[in-house]
Amino acid sequence: MIAGRPNRGALLPARLSALTDSRVGSLVFFIIRRILWMIPIVFFVILITFLLMHLAQGSPWDKAGGRQLSAAVVNNLNIKYGLNKPEYQQFELYVWNVLHFDFGLSYQYEGKTVTGLIAEGIPYTATLGVLAFIIIVPVGVGLGVLAALRQNTRVDYITMGFATAAASFPNFVIGALMVVVFSVLMAKWTQHSFFLPAADFGLDDHLIMPVITLALLPIAYTARLTRASTLDTIRQDFIRTAWAKGLTERLVVIKHVLKNSLIPVVTTLGPTFAFLVTGSLIVETVFNIPGIGRAFVTAVESRDYPMILGTTILFSIIIAIANLVVDVTYVFIDPRVRLA
Amino acid sequence: MAQTLLQVEDLHTQFFTSRGVVRAVDGVSLHIDVGETLGVVGESGCGKTITALSILRLVPDPGKIVSGRILFRGNDVVKMDDDEIRDFRGNDVAMIFQDPMTSLNPVTRIGSQIEEAMTAHKRFTPEQAKSRVIELLTRVRVPSAETRAKDYPHQFSGGMRQRAMIAMGLANEPSLLIADEPTTALDVTVQAQIIQLMKQLNRELGTAMMLITHNMALVASLCQRVVVMYAGRVVEEGPVEQIFKSPQHPYTWSLLRSVPRVDEARKDRLVSIKGLPPDLSNPPPGCKFHPRCPFVIDRCRVEEPPLGEVGPDQVARCWVLMRNVSEGDVATAKQSSISVAAAENLKAPVADIGTKSGS
Repeated sequence: MIAGRPNRGALLPARLSALTDSRVGSLVFFIIRRILWMIPIVFFVILITFLLMHLAQGSPWDKAGGRQLSAAVVNNLNIKYGLNKPEYQQFELYVWNVLHFDFGLSYQYEGKTVTGLIAEGIPYTATLGVLAFIIIVPVGVGLGVLAALRQNTRVDYITMGFATAAASFPNFVIGALMVVVFSVLMAKWTQHSFFLPAADFGLDDHLIMPVITLALLPIAYTARLTRASTLDTIRQDFIRTAWAKGLTERLVVIKHVLKNSLIPVVTTLGPTFAFLVTGSLIVETVFNIPGIGRAFVTAVESRDYPMILGTTILFSIIIAIANLVVDVTYVFIDPRVRLA
Repeated sequence: MAQTLLQVEDLHTQFFTSRGVVRAVDGVSLHIDVGETLGVVGESGCGKTITALSILRLVPDPGKIVSGRILFRGNDVVKMDDDEIRDFRGNDVAMIFQDPMTSLNPVTRIGSQIEEAMTAHKRFTPEQAKSRVIELLTRVRVPSAETRAKDYPHQFSGGMRQRAMIAMGLANEPSLLIADEPTTALDVTVQAQIIQLMKQLNRELGTAMMLITHNMALVASLCQRVVVMYAGRVVEEGPVEQIFKSPQHPYTWSLLRSVPRVDEARKDRLVSIKGLPPDLSNPPPGCKFHPRCPFVIDRCRVEEPPLGEVGPDQVARCWVLMRNVSEGDVATAKQSSISVAAAENLKAPVADIGTKSGS
């Protein structure tokens, strides 16, 4: 246990001292074990993706250059990329190469490595995802708490109406609607003096619509979950105890209600982050953003096997890490949690 | 004459539900003197807890204090503004709740929860509050208080949590401590420890106590005066020895008879009060207890009796009164603890089951 006087105010030291020696030890073991678990997880992700790809109709050379290639050319290409070998040998070779951090060459972009293509896309997808995440947490939690504290008032109804609507529309519909309203119509009404750009992605106001489109659904989910969890907490006996002590409303809400009601919300933030990464598939396609999401979609369309596998592995690692981070965060926010 | 600390006058607390208005507290008047221990007894759902919560203005939705006065040292709690009521809670009057397992915040350290009870008010400086946490935990006999103060509630046993709750209640040295069934959720041995503790604290600190319970033994060992509640009303009130020796309301009598006593003949049956407390959104006319009363007379069904003086400092709300009931009737009531009709009702389904399984 970390010595020193009991800590108020400063959040971190108090949290750290919550970890007794045994908890720190088990935390380290827990993280190591979870990281080792990622190896079999990624292996099976590769296996399943590989099987699905080869079960799917079509070959990488169907649409190359927009014309039908001759049988001889296809044969040469198959030999060049090793596609003439039996599937199990292809699989063995791929896994062997992955173990050496070699993810192969893309089929659709000649001479480019999968690693290179992904590295090009990551800044876009990461910017999009991180910005969306930064919006989701305060807005989603804020709306949820507000709705709960003003339960059955107009504030509650409006907030939850919005959340239900946002959760009901698929994000490609929202994206397309936003383009129509904020780009096309807005440009028309203002004679092109003010509108939001919908194409030619850059890291400025081009981000507004994609980020909002991406964030809307998670905001809605987070708000609804926060509301439910907060309402549940408000009715707990220990909240009555807090009131009976004569605490101010602010203290009751922050120290007693939120500290408890946000625990389940934190749990969902891992999957939410994963959703942002995978959700970017659609948003990047709608807004024509050159991120890994779009790269993945075009790779699937053109049966670019190494590219599909590379992005899928990346996604699965991101999801695994996001979940690990959530589990570790749990230890800090809930003293009852013990990692086994 | 002792000084009156808290005076509740004609309190009405009602719940406005979709099924109608529930009169949870229906014209309750009671008082507590400085340093006194008052027991409030009655079955579940008779309005004891709501009376207590009304005193702190903590009645949960959709409940409301409709009328009445709650005078604490002459100030009406009902009329206090938000700041006044906030400073009143936990400072002048503190409350200990029934279930220590759920009444503490699971993600906050015990010490911090006790400390904030003090920092919410201005009686102690933050430094004093900090050192008082250990002092209080030691006082309620939490061993190695210094380290245990850093524990979270899940690291405490039920009895320890209730001690922590009591420490929290005493933090600001309130003049009145309301304890709502403080021992119900605990083991019998732990119950005894907690009772001892509360007795001692009352003696040492002179804190007045309002003990809400349906445990008659607890009342006998802790209280000086008893208020018996039924269906949101006070039905009998008096000094504890007198209530135990000669209860005048049939409800009080039944409550006392429903507890086994070692010093009485085994063949005496326990009295179980037949039926259930009335639906408070639709109470019966006349005396609220008459449908369950073994000594009911015609007048009880139409006219509600007032609280009348029945002995020195003892009042009861009854047309009959136990002292007017003949020995024979009492004996009959003891015998037919469950009414004949009720017994018949119980038999019928058993017989049905028997024939069905037999075939």
